Amino acid sequence: MELVCPAGNLPSLKAAVDNGADAVYVGFKDDTNARHFAGLNFTERTFEKAVRYAQDKGRKVFVAINTFPQPKGFGRWKAAIDQAADYGVNALILADIGVLDYASSKWPDLHLHLSVQASVTSAEGISFYHENFGIRRVVLPRVLSVSQVGHVITKSPIPVEVFGFGSLCVMVEGRCLLSSYATGRSPNTYGACSPASHVRWEETGDGTNTRLNGVLIDHYGEGEKAGYPTLCKGRFQVGEHTFYALEEPTSLNTLSILPELRKIGVSAIKVEGRQRSPAYVAQVTAVMRAAIDECMSNTADYQPKNQWMQKLADVSEGSQTTLGAYHRPWQ
Amino acid sequence: MFQKAPKPRWAPITGPGNSEAINMMKLSIGPITYFWERQRVLDFYQQAADCAAEIIYLGEVICSKRRLIKPEDWLAIGNELRQNGKQVILSSLTLLEAASEMSSLKKLCRNDDFWVEANDISAVQLLSTTGRSFVTGPSVNIYNSRSLKLLADKGLKRWVLPVELGLDTLKDLQSARPVGVETEVFALGRLPLAYSARCYTARSHNLPKDDCRFKCLDYPDGSLLKTREGQDFLILNGIQTQSALTHQVLDKIPDLQALAVDVLRISPQSAHTMEIVDIFDNALKGAELNALEEKLLSFLPLGPCNGYLIEQAGMQSGSEATYETQQAS
Repeated sequence: MELVCPAGNLPSLKAAVDNGADAVYVGFKDDTNARHFAGLNFTERTFEKAVRYAQDKGRKVFVAINTFPQPKGFGRWKAAIDQAADYGVNALILADIGVLDYASSKWPDLHLHLSVQASVTSAEGISFYHENFGIRRVVLPRVLSVSQVGHVITKSPIPVEVFGFGSLCVMVEGRCLLSSYATGRSPNTYGACSPASHVRWEETGDGTNTRLNGVLIDHYGEGEKAGYPTLCKGRFQVGEHTFYALEEPTSLNTLSILPELRKIGVSAIKVEGRQRSPAYVAQVTAVMRAAIDECMSNTADYQPKNQWMQKLADVSEGSQTTLGAYHRPWQ
Repeated sequence: MFQKAPKPRWAPITGPGNSEAINMMKLSIGPITYFWERQRVLDFYQQAADCAAEIIYLGEVICSKRRLIKPEDWLAIGNELRQNGKQVILSSLTLLEAASEMSSLKKLCRNDDFWVEANDISAVQLLSTTGRSFVTGPSVNIYNSRSLKLLADKGLKRWVLPVELGLDTLKDLQSARPVGVETEVFALGRLPLAYSARCYTARSHNLPKDDCRFKCLDYPDGSLLKTREGQDFLILNGIQTQSALTHQVLDKIPDLQALAVDVLRISPQSAHTMEIVDIFDNALKGAELNALEEKLLSFLPLGPCNGYLIEQAGMQSGSEATYETQQAS
């Protein structure tokens, strides 16, 4: 199982490579990728250094160009593809049908992976992209149970990558418009969910309100640690109850099911978090490297170590982790 | 296959570059997104048989556990509607997870009686590889002309604009639209915003999805999620999340007309759907929009929004024309 780690800048890329990532995925400094945040991502100059650093050490570089261009912006996505191809990256991670069509016709030898943003949950869906664009790997959305992932793998014409750790999208990726409903900007159109430009922290008499374009996402009492107002992770009122109606602030953590993921034939494990710090990347990469190595060398006796779990909890949202949809009761 | 030829409903309009009659806009009724008692569904389509909408989408698009109407029932309803002159399209499940859901989808996509609305790319694959014509629903991402053209080459005959796109983008997409492809716009209804593995209706009752006790039946318009200061924000509908406000495009009909949109979709709600269809029908026939809009607003459970269409946040409302009809040429 290949370990694929995130890098939002050059220090993070080095941290990923130095701590044992087999591949690092990056994006350019614009809305062509789904982590379009201020101060993040690569210019042409840093990108060249990044590719060289990783490939000199025998690691792969994947470039995420995984948002959905509208007609006026399509040229930016073409330019991103051409730039990545020119620097000899190992694969592009794409989602949009038009973008895939462009990339596969202009660069027929370049490896294409299907992004999680393409929202494909079945072998038939994978076949659409494989037959039309020659994609060589697919990243599955975080909505399938382990047995459902296994079923897709047995029928998939190409290798399957799944998420192993990081912030958890609870909605099927690529088809979630909650963010643009509240702010006008979504992962699909803008490359960001619950964008910082629309966030407001508001001190009240009895604590802190977090708002997204004016919408109250949560209220934290005195002494309660206020979290970033990601739309699906706030507390809302349904009927008489106020609770995390969609999902708690929590991160996905698959350490406990790595042997199962190996057994069903998962080819690569992805870590989420291009927006996170180099320290996060270093810590998570090191733990995942150790866990995957242990799992591969001794699957039968594999147990996640307490210190691994603790290290991952330390960098998790709300310091909590979950198996998410992999584990049926979560659903 | 379909018996009724479209009839003109709108006096031809002209404008710069539009010397030809450009529009015979039709109305459609989208699939019922909620879980209704069987009799409510049957009554709904009995009324729909006589309404002004020419196109009716049928089928369960949210949750495969909702089985009060079986596949053969949908076919029977479809046949009756067709006898009443409607074009009937069978809509496919949006989020496919279980193997049993794929089996049902394969069966649906093998039918030779009706076109299928693909709500997931796997349906596109099943339909296009067997040479069938198809429609794509709002959850198939067509954001640019290259995507639209590729799918047209695969057999796409009609597509629904993704709901988060506005008039400016629609204009660009229409200007490069492949021949033989119709464009449909989600014109009225709570916006389909997200889908999950998790059932939020069951969760709100502290029940696991596998033992949901069909709680969705208690909410014929979904269950309201409010912010902690009481703002109506979202609707929980099983694994789907919708907007609490009802998206409506009535006052933008002249713009949509000028952009040669072919179909306006009305998404069913538990009450007043046929009256809403009548309002849109009257609008297409040229009735004065302000009076119609006042009536329309009284039928929307928690009020309107139209931000997406005018390139703003979807929950916002505005009448400001960010788009000028005159630009359509």
